[in-house]
Amino acid sequence: MIAYIVRRLFSTIVVMAVVAFVVFSLLYLTPGDPAAIIAGDVATDEDIRRIHARLGLDEPFLVQFGRWLWALLHGDLGTSIFTNLPVTQLIGQRIEPTVALTLCTLVVAILVAIPLGVIAAAKAGSWLDRAVMSFSVLGFSVPVFVLAYILILTFSVQLDWLPVQGYRNFRDGAWEWLRHLILPSIALGTVYVALIARMTRASMLDVLSQDYIRTAAAKGLAPKQVLIGHALKNAAIPIMTIIGVGIALLISGAIVTETVFALPGIGRLTVDAILRRDYPIIQGVILIFSAVYVLINLAVDLSYVHLDPRIRY
Amino acid sequence: MCISTRAYAIEMAATTVAAPLIAATKSVSPTWRRFQVAFRRHPTALLGGLILVCMVAIAILAPWLGTIDPQAVAPIKRLKPPSADFWFGTDMLGRDVYSRVVYGARVSLVVGLAVAMFSTFLGAAIGLITGYVRWLDAVVMRVMDGLMSIPSVLLAIALMALTRASIGNVIAAITLAEIPRVVRLVRSLVLSLREQPYVEAAIAAGTTLPGILVRHILPNIVAPLLVQATYVCGSAMITEAILSFIGAGTPPNIPSWGNIMAEGRSLIQIAAYLIIFPGICLSLTVLAVNLLGDGMRDALDPRLARRL
Repeated sequence: MIAYIVRRLFSTIVVMAVVAFVVFSLLYLTPGDPAAIIAGDVATDEDIRRIHARLGLDEPFLVQFGRWLWALLHGDLGTSIFTNLPVTQLIGQRIEPTVALTLCTLVVAILVAIPLGVIAAAKAGSWLDRAVMSFSVLGFSVPVFVLAYILILTFSVQLDWLPVQGYRNFRDGAWEWLRHLILPSIALGTVYVALIARMTRASMLDVLSQDYIRTAAAKGLAPKQVLIGHALKNAAIPIMTIIGVGIALLISGAIVTETVFALPGIGRLTVDAILRRDYPIIQGVILIFSAVYVLINLAVDLSYVHLDPRIRY
Repeated sequence: MCISTRAYAIEMAATTVAAPLIAATKSVSPTWRRFQVAFRRHPTALLGGLILVCMVAIAILAPWLGTIDPQAVAPIKRLKPPSADFWFGTDMLGRDVYSRVVYGARVSLVVGLAVAMFSTFLGAAIGLITGYVRWLDAVVMRVMDGLMSIPSVLLAIALMALTRASIGNVIAAITLAEIPRVVRLVRSLVLSLREQPYVEAAIAAGTTLPGILVRHILPNIVAPLLVQATYVCGSAMITEAILSFIGAGTPPNIPSWGNIMAEGRSLIQIAAYLIIFPGICLSLTVLAVNLLGDGMRDALDPRLARRL
């Protein structure tokens, strides 16, 4: 068990090292000379050489990577080319809306998707089942920003129930904060709900055909107890896995959702950075998002032990 | 136990999102028959195929479908709502949105098909070799794990930020982001196939490594790869639209559905049709691709068909 956890942590470190290497190589391969950008239009070749030496840009690739990695391990993600502020500070300023949006979506999506999947599996073949499956295929096919605009047109422009765009801080009132997150969360969460519901249904159907389910029903347990207590518990591992894997969808979707709803989060920071070609920010965002993704999946893996006592590592 | 449970979970995950379990190992010849049966049993797959054929026809026949030059600017006619003259209205430069949407089909389909093709070929090549050559496996799979932990849209964004906006670069960026998933699928299939008696027999008969991979392994993974390719195609179309929408994709002088919607971004309250028409086309096309993929998956794995 301890050995497994150590092994799993080690492989996580290897994966993160690969991510760091890929991300650094991206910056290294960037066309254009950062020193020339920093030096400005009137700089002489001598100036550019001096900046090169100061930033260590004339050293070999691996030395530069080592120095960058060392800084990274000390929490230094570099400096934005455009604003000249540390990337960590810029990301720190923008993190609240993104965390609020993704957490809201995550919680609501899980609470909606798992019951949908369970009901669809329990009534497999019924119209309810077919409705859930159709919704799931649709959810995979409608891109998040198209859905976002449909929601805005319906609930904000036509019905005028919810704000079109924008974000309010939690400090300025919980209701206002929540009101601005409802549509973004629905837009972002739909594909995630589709994914989890589909996996829940498949995993439940797999478990429901097992002998111990028939035994549980035969000994007189209420159908609800069989479904939740026996079936769902045993179907949990694939569902947990897909929740972890699906975080990637939430992260990618958050960038687009923030753009549509003008939420001042990390996604907006990224899109602005793309337009200004501010590579250190793009690099920092990829590193942080990837780290979150890897760590969540590590947590999911470790949770298997708790979910299924039969697993002994 | 641990390996098998985890592998099962991942397999299940892969199955739902994209890939079929391998079931066609024993009998390959009746594959076409299975497709026919599945299409009859799943009329939705047929519907998907029909929509896709229509979209391809629209893309090819774009100049003859009552369109005008999609880039023709007419400031005097800007932001006209849909009418008999302008079926889908005009945008803020007075360009005909109908013509732009029709021509936009070309970008989506070309990107979707090209990415599906390239990532399947490259992914299959890498997966075949890593699945079979053990010492390579550990190294390549760690790299693939690393690439897979960068959400694919983010990786594509980063690659696009490095290069000039062009359709070729969009295809390359999305392909690179999709390859790890194909490699993973192919590798897992190869790992189970290499233990089959007929592979052992081929080794015993002295077949060379390339011979085994191409003649004995490849034919058995073509079917699941084909299904995977359709899902890659759908996801590539969405990624292209996302990239164009946030300004890191197809260059603005080429009309693509993502670009048209990006231009409508700030006009949503006065000219919603700029978003609605390309949005419907994009969703419909991706839906068609997904329905086709689901039908094919069911055809290839009848056991799974009842569950998913």
